[in-house]
Amino acid sequence: MIKITNIPRWLAAFILIAAASVIPAQNAHAAPAPSMPIYRFENFTAANGLPNDHVYAVLVDGERIWAGTDNGLALYENHAWKSYGTKDGLAHRAVISLALDKRTGDVWAGTMGGLSRISGGRIDSYTQLNSGLSNNVVYGVSIEGEHVWVATAAGACMLNTRTGQWSLYNERNTPMVEIWTYGVSATPTKVYYAVWGSGILELDQKTGRWDKYEDPDSENELVLFKDQGLIHEIVTSVSYVDNILWAATYFGDSRYDGRYWHNFLTKDSGLPSNFTNYLKGVDANRAWFCTDKGLAYYDGVNWAVYRPSLKDGKPEMTVRDAAGMVTPVAVTSAPAHNYILGIDFQGDDIWVATAKGLSHGIRLKR
Amino acid sequence: MISRRQLGYGAMLMALALIGFGLWTDGPKHVSADSGENYASPLEMLFSPDGSRLYVLCQQSEEVRVLNAANHALIGKIAVGRVPRGISLSPDGQRLFVTNSWDDTLSIIDTRSLSVVATWPVGLEPSSVVEDRVGKFLFVANRISNDIAVLNAQTGEEVKRLLAGRGASYLTLSPDGSRIYATHVYPNPPRVPTEMDNRIAPESEITVIDAARAVVLDHMPLHHIAGVFHLAFSKDGRLGVVAEYHPKNIIPLAHLEHGGAFAYTLTVFGADVGKSPVEVPLDELERYAARPFGVAITPDKSRIFVSCSGSEIVLAIDVARLLRYVHAHPGPNVQDLGASANYVMARINVGHDPRGLAMNGDGSRLYVANRLDDTVSVIDTHSNRVVSTVAMDGPEKITPMRHGEQTFYTARYSFQGQIGCATCHIDSTFDGLTWNLEPDGFGRNTVDNKLIEGVKNTEPYKWNGGNPNIPTECGPRTEKYFWRSENYDDLTLADLTMYIRSITPRPNRWKLPGRDMTPAQERGKAIFEREVDKFGNPIAEANRCSYCHSGPKGTNQKLFDVGTRKVNDNNTLLKSSPLTNIALTAPYLHDGSAHSLEEIWTVYNHTDKHGRTNDLTKDELNDLIEYLRTR
Repeated sequence: MIKITNIPRWLAAFILIAAASVIPAQNAHAAPAPSMPIYRFENFTAANGLPNDHVYAVLVDGERIWAGTDNGLALYENHAWKSYGTKDGLAHRAVISLALDKRTGDVWAGTMGGLSRISGGRIDSYTQLNSGLSNNVVYGVSIEGEHVWVATAAGACMLNTRTGQWSLYNERNTPMVEIWTYGVSATPTKVYYAVWGSGILELDQKTGRWDKYEDPDSENELVLFKDQGLIHEIVTSVSYVDNILWAATYFGDSRYDGRYWHNFLTKDSGLPSNFTNYLKGVDANRAWFCTDKGLAYYDGVNWAVYRPSLKDGKPEMTVRDAAGMVTPVAVTSAPAHNYILGIDFQGDDIWVATAKGLSHGIRLKR
Repeated sequence: MISRRQLGYGAMLMALALIGFGLWTDGPKHVSADSGENYASPLEMLFSPDGSRLYVLCQQSEEVRVLNAANHALIGKIAVGRVPRGISLSPDGQRLFVTNSWDDTLSIIDTRSLSVVATWPVGLEPSSVVEDRVGKFLFVANRISNDIAVLNAQTGEEVKRLLAGRGASYLTLSPDGSRIYATHVYPNPPRVPTEMDNRIAPESEITVIDAARAVVLDHMPLHHIAGVFHLAFSKDGRLGVVAEYHPKNIIPLAHLEHGGAFAYTLTVFGADVGKSPVEVPLDELERYAARPFGVAITPDKSRIFVSCSGSEIVLAIDVARLLRYVHAHPGPNVQDLGASANYVMARINVGHDPRGLAMNGDGSRLYVANRLDDTVSVIDTHSNRVVSTVAMDGPEKITPMRHGEQTFYTARYSFQGQIGCATCHIDSTFDGLTWNLEPDGFGRNTVDNKLIEGVKNTEPYKWNGGNPNIPTECGPRTEKYFWRSENYDDLTLADLTMYIRSITPRPNRWKLPGRDMTPAQERGKAIFEREVDKFGNPIAEANRCSYCHSGPKGTNQKLFDVGTRKVNDNNTLLKSSPLTNIALTAPYLHDGSAHSLEEIWTVYNHTDKHGRTNDLTKDELNDLIEYLRTR
């Protein structure tokens, strides 16, 4: 540590001036922006009940928490974990996406070997061999009424649970160029697919017509004009809520209101990284971003980032306000890992899937 | 039971006529032997809440008959839809619900005016209905769509579908009204990854539904069970009882005398039983209790009654003794043919094909619907004797067709009364099981049981085409390899043959009205009928779908090698299977190794022998299957 008494006054003055110019990025004032939530994170790993530390997806079903892990589907209920694997009928041990049918209570799990339906403890699995499922690697699943919309490594598809009919969507019947679909968000009016290398596909449920949103700058990482369109072609996740489309890519994120795009990059937002694995909109203005360098929350104006410090691993929370002022917030816990893969909400709490465990963010009252 | 005398000269003349018209040779000509008789065929019954009325659901006359419960006088008849199967009352008794299984509708009957006031669409082949206690939801079990439709009880609007067992058919409301229990008649599809091994014990379930939230709470497993029927609770809700079949299809069906076909059992569960359900056999050493169907428990929980349709009896079971046995023998009991002597009090003879049971309010009388006798037996539950038989005002004459149907549903011809045709062909369909039958020896030629709807004019029969016609299939073969106890006389075999040939396929639910098709079905049809593959190469005639599966029933009735022979199969050549209602009849292929239509081609058609399909994309294969589902 430098003792200020041992250096020349002119140098000390220079240091202070220089520091003052830097401090806006790391403001030391204690109070965060009032609306940004603070959490105490309780982390679950294989050491305390999860079947595996690698948690790809998390789903909240009332008081029950489902976690898709690298070694099975885990259910947290009454303070205990229970695991389901292939011996129970799960399509594959690696569960990479989850969705809840709120009407029936059934859970749908996308795995690396098919799609599984969990109903009252019974698991039925659909694969590319035993059903009309287009491909076994199910990156995303979303429930809309009696329809199960699925994003796979070889196209999109939809199961009508009433008729048992599968409908496949790929380069032959949609404007999809690449067929590697990575995420899906389905509502009664619109269905959106995140397509790796092919932007976002939109199905208008009323007309049955498909449309496509692409990066105006194509696949290069240049952004010639800000907010010109989708930030990048490699789309990893979509979330359609309150008529607002939120989209995550590995090169920044986007918000689309049907007319205007607004893009988020680290250089002009509070995103901790442009590499976003998953995102989930809360409403038209608020969303959570799961990046490779921590979990970010955007309330429409301000940003908060929750993570173990990239430097020393200590719990860290920062808040960035509309003016770009970044404020550290003293916290004692953080998500289990920086590499965030999924999130879901339980009232004011959050559950976070990370590469090294599942985290329960318990919101603290101010 | 019908006697030879009752059949009389008319039947003899009819038999001669059949021979004359070529039916005996199973030829294409068909004569009606029903003489226009319209039997009632009572299937299910229930009492009005005040006990003054008995509602009888008559399946063949497609109506509800309303009887005065005191004197059994007919109060009225209400016409409903096609092939009604389930009946229930609203809690206040003002609305009567009937599921019309061939119309996919629910009839809502006003019990004051005795008229249908609404007809609501429901799922595919609705088979049972129950309303919750507060009049919020109606639950309908759909046999073909394998689910429970949840309807707004006031408007009929469907709210959602709940996943149930395959062939969901019977619903029961728990005594406290908090739970719905659903059973199903076909075994669930295997939930293990597809392998070459198709010898998997059947699994069934009781689906438990939260009545208030209309969500599935549990799927109570019923191991080794295929065919689950009515379920009943004791009034205090502490004892649940369900009637079921326990097939022994994993072992060779060596001989009936070794008990190698079916056991008929109850599973009992609830607080009186303990933590785990217990399966208990109903059969005796020399007399089986074939095809248990209806269950009723006396209000004082002293006795359970079970209708056994194949044995044409009702069993009376002492509950206290049953529970003592269950607590002493909580493990598997199905092999113990001496077990039932511990708790079965009486075997009460009733009519042909006894099905639904209804007990009056104080439990003193049990009513039994004898479906193929057009009668209702009234049993004094204290003496366990039939005290009266109520005629359903049906034709007195027993036509050859009716006699054939009675023959199909009875188990009397088989050794110890173990099985009948309807044991494996539930409600004249199939059972979803694969069997290793005796004629080929132990461990040889595992075969999938086939649907017999529309079986007329699809000879030869058996997968290897070994039987030239139905009389051979159902006569000498069945007598030799199944019944082993008694043969059919010529007239009975002729009548049975006539009945089997008359079994009409259920309406195909995937076929649009007229000749319309969905775009996917159209595309699939083109693939089915194509003569050139995607590379422009001609497809050999015997390698086209439309050649082997030609004609209205989807079979050219010839034998082919489709590359599915296994090491335990004697035959390479297999008969091209009809496609009638093919969507319903999993598993597939001769040995049931394909658990879904897709697997026929994704798993078992490496060499393109079962049609040229390996040039198809996944979309195109899905289209082909969409077309097949319309057949």
